[in-house]
Amino acid sequence: MIRFDSVSKHYPDGTVAVDSLDLVAPSGQITVFVGPSGCGKTTSLRMINRMIEPTSGSIWLDDQDTSRIATHELRRQIGYVIQHAGLFPHRTIVDNIATVPLLLGWDRNKARARGRELLERVGLPAHFAERYPAQLSGGQQQRVGVARALAADPPVMLMDEPFSAVDPIARDQLQEEFLRLQNELGKTIVFVTHDIDEAIKLGDQVAVLRVGGRLAQLATPAQLLSEPADAFVAAFVGRDRGYRALGFTPVGELATHDEPTIAMGSALTGAEAADGWLLAVDDQGAPQGWLRLADSRPGADTTVTEDLLHRGGTVAGADASLRAVLDACLSSPSGRGVIVDEAGRLAGTVTASEVLALIERRAPADPNPQPVGGGGQ
Amino acid sequence: MIAEIWNWLSDSAHWHGPDGVPIHLREHLQYSLIALLIAAAIALPLGLLIGHTGRGSFVVVAIANSFRALPTVGLLTFFVILIAPHIHSTGTATYLIPSEIVLVLLAIPSMLTNTYAGISAVDPAVRDAARGMGMRGSQTLWQVELPNALPLIFSGIRSSFLQVIATATITAYVSLGGLGRYLIDGLAQQDYPQMASGAVLVAVLALLIDVLLAAVQRYAVSRGITGRYSRKRIVDPAEQQAMIAAAPLT
Ligand SMILES: Nc1ncnc2c1ncn2[C@@H]1O[C@H](COP(=O)(O)OP(=O)(O)OP(=O)(O)O)[C@@H](O)[C@H]1O
Ligand SMILES: [Mg+2]
Repeated sequence: MIRFDSVSKHYPDGTVAVDSLDLVAPSGQITVFVGPSGCGKTTSLRMINRMIEPTSGSIWLDDQDTSRIATHELRRQIGYVIQHAGLFPHRTIVDNIATVPLLLGWDRNKARARGRELLERVGLPAHFAERYPAQLSGGQQQRVGVARALAADPPVMLMDEPFSAVDPIARDQLQEEFLRLQNELGKTIVFVTHDIDEAIKLGDQVAVLRVGGRLAQLATPAQLLSEPADAFVAAFVGRDRGYRALGFTPVGELATHDEPTIAMGSALTGAEAADGWLLAVDDQGAPQGWLRLADSRPGADTTVTEDLLHRGGTVAGADASLRAVLDACLSSPSGRGVIVDEAGRLAGTVTASEVLALIERRAPADPNPQPVGGGGQ
Repeated sequence: MIAEIWNWLSDSAHWHGPDGVPIHLREHLQYSLIALLIAAAIALPLGLLIGHTGRGSFVVVAIANSFRALPTVGLLTFFVILIAPHIHSTGTATYLIPSEIVLVLLAIPSMLTNTYAGISAVDPAVRDAARGMGMRGSQTLWQVELPNALPLIFSGIRSSFLQVIATATITAYVSLGGLGRYLIDGLAQQDYPQMASGAVLVAVLALLIDVLLAAVQRYAVSRGITGRYSRKRIVDPAEQQAMIAAAPLT
């Protein structure tokens, strides 16, 4: 647990970067600091490992006042992921990762073995160990930055916009892997971002800061979307909050319709579909895409092949959120949203109007929804 | 002219005896190395300290500006006059000490400014990372700042070396040995092949030392900084597979 006890930071030029911040980042959870540029996110984060000293107030790590711990010892207990990775250019990747273990006096071989283990943990191939940072892409360096922070297995991790320097697809992947890793490791994490979507995706709780370093709201992502504390938070959380909030409501019991299917590779002759759309599945029963019979008539002996399929539709798992299910309907060329079971096999279809009816029955939104597992959108 | 130099250099008489090339070469190297070691012992720690703390950089600027264009011969004469009366020795010390002082003063600026510049040019993000990982100040200096500053430090050492080896010829003015003997004596005797050969020997010595230092530099500076990455090719198919598998994650 990290506790901010009316912490302020004033710079000599009169700038108030952080203004009496009170906040608890609970153990084993991800707390996200989010807010517009210059609102004091980095300052708040760096006061935790005393890279910046607070002007007043105190910060506690469990029951220890951080101002009473020698800075270098405090920092060795806290994993720190720096924006743009901040790797040491003269050290190989494995030695970069082993930095803190070596500072803690581990035996060199043990530290490097740990480095290799973490390389794998963050999804990088083993032969990267002997490379240098300049030989890695930005996204790969970012992963090494995460590995370096994890090396001495610190209970607490600080992460400053760790995924901001990579393209949106790589960022999405890094976020997914980060959540998977956190599921295994259960660290106490403080994460800084200026991207509200990232905050909502990653945070167990989100602290929205406003310029001047004041806490505007501390809430779960779902609460933030459904009950922004004031106009600033509402504006910052942005458009589509109603729709995005559906992402936190599990769909629960969902009555699906049986959907006629056609197997990949089978002949089209004699195939029928009420509205002309037929769902193709593979031999496992996993949906592959929609087939429009009108497109495929010409040769009577045509079989179902990849290139005949429309793949626009998303697929929602049985445990997905209302948002994911609604999106499956809206994106489906046939208008019927495809639902699959845990194994990815077709469970049935639903229509948008059925999902909307479900949403209306749920309203008003549950103020304390359970987090939604798996599924995604 | 080239033929005359060649004749002079290949005359075995010039390679033997107390006025032979090996003896003067050794003296020349000896004067130079003493000066460089003393200069390094002063300039390197001072440069590291000023670069690391960021304090006292005016010292560097002042020294760099005032030492760069030293009138070496004038200075040598000055020190001889100043120091000689205080040395009660009959040996060469009377002239050796003033010479070494001049050479040390000459060697300091390049090493000092390059060491200082190398350390203070280390990417602030890298220095910040070192602090953030929990390195103490001295650990940051030795483990992070110094390795990253090595290319500049080496170029400072190399240019000091070149300057000192070239200038160590002045020791001959004050009746010491060294390769400068051939220049002074050649001039006095109007033996131009001897003078030119002396100059060639100085140039060759400087070049050899520089090649040697370049080799040391190559060994000492991390490949992560020079960009001279290992040429080992990955042939293990499993590793290649891993690389392909990892590619979309990048
Ligand atoms: N050393 C300093 N001296 C004076 N003011 C500073 C200093 N460092 C930061 N500030 C100011 O403190 C405020 C908060 O800065 P901080 O870096 O915490 O912002 P941030 O929320 O991380 O912003 P960004 O999203 O742009 O990174 C800013 O107004 C900044 O200009
Ligand atoms: Mg910041």
